[in-house]
Amino acid sequence: MNPTMKKTFIEPFMQNNPVAVQILGICSALAVTTNLRTALTMCLAVTFVTTFSNIGVSIIRKIIPGSIRMIVEMTIIATLVILVDQLIKAFSYNLSKELSVFVGLIITNCIVMGRAEAFAIKNNVLESSLDGLGNGIGYSIVLLTVAFFRELFGFGTLFGFTILKTVNNGGWYVPNGLLVLSPGAFFLIGFFIWLVKIRYKELME
Amino acid sequence: MKDSIFKTFAVAFGLCIVCSVIVSVAAVSLKPKQDENKQLDKQINILRAAGLVDAKESPNAAQVKDLFSQIESVVVNIETGDAVADVDTQNVDPKNVTKLPKDQDPAGIGSRPNEAVVYLVKENGVIQTIVLPVFGRGLWSTMYGFIALKGDFKTVANLTFYDQLETAGLGGEIANPKWTQKWIDKTAVDDSGKPVIKVIKGNVDPASPNANEQVDGISGATLTGNGVTKTVEYWLGENGFGPYLNKLRSGN
Amino acid sequence: MEHIASMFVQAVFTQNLALSLFLGMCTFLAVSKKVETALGLGIAVIVVQGITIPLNNLIMTYILKEGALSWTGIASLAQLDLSFLSFITFIGVIAASVQILEMTLDRFFPPLYNALGIFLPLITVNCAIMGGSLFMEQRDYNFADSCLYGFFSGIGWALAILLFAGIREKLEYSHSPKGLRGLGIAFMTAGLLAMAFMTFSGM
Repeated sequence: MNPTMKKTFIEPFMQNNPVAVQILGICSALAVTTNLRTALTMCLAVTFVTTFSNIGVSIIRKIIPGSIRMIVEMTIIATLVILVDQLIKAFSYNLSKELSVFVGLIITNCIVMGRAEAFAIKNNVLESSLDGLGNGIGYSIVLLTVAFFRELFGFGTLFGFTILKTVNNGGWYVPNGLLVLSPGAFFLIGFFIWLVKIRYKELME
Repeated sequence: MKDSIFKTFAVAFGLCIVCSVIVSVAAVSLKPKQDENKQLDKQINILRAAGLVDAKESPNAAQVKDLFSQIESVVVNIETGDAVADVDTQNVDPKNVTKLPKDQDPAGIGSRPNEAVVYLVKENGVIQTIVLPVFGRGLWSTMYGFIALKGDFKTVANLTFYDQLETAGLGGEIANPKWTQKWIDKTAVDDSGKPVIKVIKGNVDPASPNANEQVDGISGATLTGNGVTKTVEYWLGENGFGPYLNKLRSGN
Repeated sequence: MEHIASMFVQAVFTQNLALSLFLGMCTFLAVSKKVETALGLGIAVIVVQGITIPLNNLIMTYILKEGALSWTGIASLAQLDLSFLSFITFIGVIAASVQILEMTLDRFFPPLYNALGIFLPLITVNCAIMGGSLFMEQRDYNFADSCLYGFFSGIGWALAILLFAGIREKLEYSHSPKGLRGLGIAFMTAGLLAMAFMTFSGM
């Protein structure tokens, strides 16, 4: 792997993170992070869709007419999302109920569209797939970090296993209800961005 | 890049073909599996309501099938209260409904199905538990659930809600087994067949003469609690499963 | 009446698309630096929600749902269940209605087009619009309900972005920690705003 390709792949993990730095894909990112299980499913789904939509767009990038570029990208993305949704419904019905409409919202997840438009349309298939995978992983890092704190301190569990025994179940830990609700997610992402900016000073405004 | 009209159409057309093939293959080939999951999910909910599966357990398909074989499904005509033998439980028409006038509609459901499937758990031919499907409006959403009665058709054996969108942490607690457990062994229906059980505001005073007909309210969720009371009242009452339950009580 | 009131509180406050369901966040953060632009975008969202949700509801009820095609009277069509196509149909309907709206405004109401025009393309990829339609499908709203829901949820989103923009304008002059400036503090503010909206859920 040459250095540019490595950069394409690694950079979205932190200093060019799609959620924290590029401000993409926040919409669906926050709602599914109340526990790690749904967050992980969502991460896999988004990574799958970004990678393959990047590959798809990149393959046909030379023949896409400019006038219908957006709609072509949209169609490819929507197809992949329907595929993912059908698979989740077939193999993990409970998860599909928990994720509810958020699988469908991957279509309008700006990461997917943003990467197709900004990268895949101009680069070859291999680089595009790396870019898609890298951005999917970058998104996953944020999602899993947020979900880790929300599940651990909001429910006292990780992946459904009890870590801190809650008062309701006869333990000692009083769960922090705020983290489960939406403001908790906003605060956590705010802190995440803060940390990324402290680490990479050049990003500060 | 040349963008002739022909090329634009050709690309759009080709893309549509490829995508539609992928989507339809996925949808058609995965459909049986999805339907099976839906069915399984429904059966687990019924088993939970019947008390055959614990709320936290999620049994696999084979176990569900095994447990479900103990349960007898019966189609009931709600108006007459008779079991309908000639309709298969799979073929109950959800569109066959009767509109409810406002004064007969405490649960706020607008119309009720004419036929509904109820589930019986029998032991030596005697009904131990009967599971009735119920639904009604809470504060924000329509709440779907099951109420199970014991063999006397008056005492609550269980109450579960499997689909509701009430406020998480407040009204949403109606789906929490910790709350629904409080219903168990309460008297739902009095000797005349009138529904009496109520969710009250605050905690039940054990000394009160009606303590056995009351359930602790969830603090911060009075309206949802009222919705649950009305839903249960409607479905156990004369416009709901009342006629059917009366017939069971009198031994028909 | 009670039904409408409960729907209003739910769509505008407790289940606010932006603050409690995190929908439309990208535009929410990007276009909220000035109150004026936030107002323009907010109005555009109300209009588009009010059109697309009822429209998608009709398509769902008469074409996609299981048994929805029974009005055609053709037995083989009546059994079809096309609901797996809902994602792609919804996004298509949204993109098309935004485009048509843009052209209509441009042709017949130029002043309105000048004010709202630049926001319309942003709306196609706004997940609040898509999310509204998907919630309509999931919650099984009838036509009247989906009209109300579309309108109310649009108002909720507009209200959220308007308040948020008002706060952000003032934040420009505050001395927040360096690393937190910009996006970081915006998230914190959104969190506080979400807390304020949530208080309605105790009703």
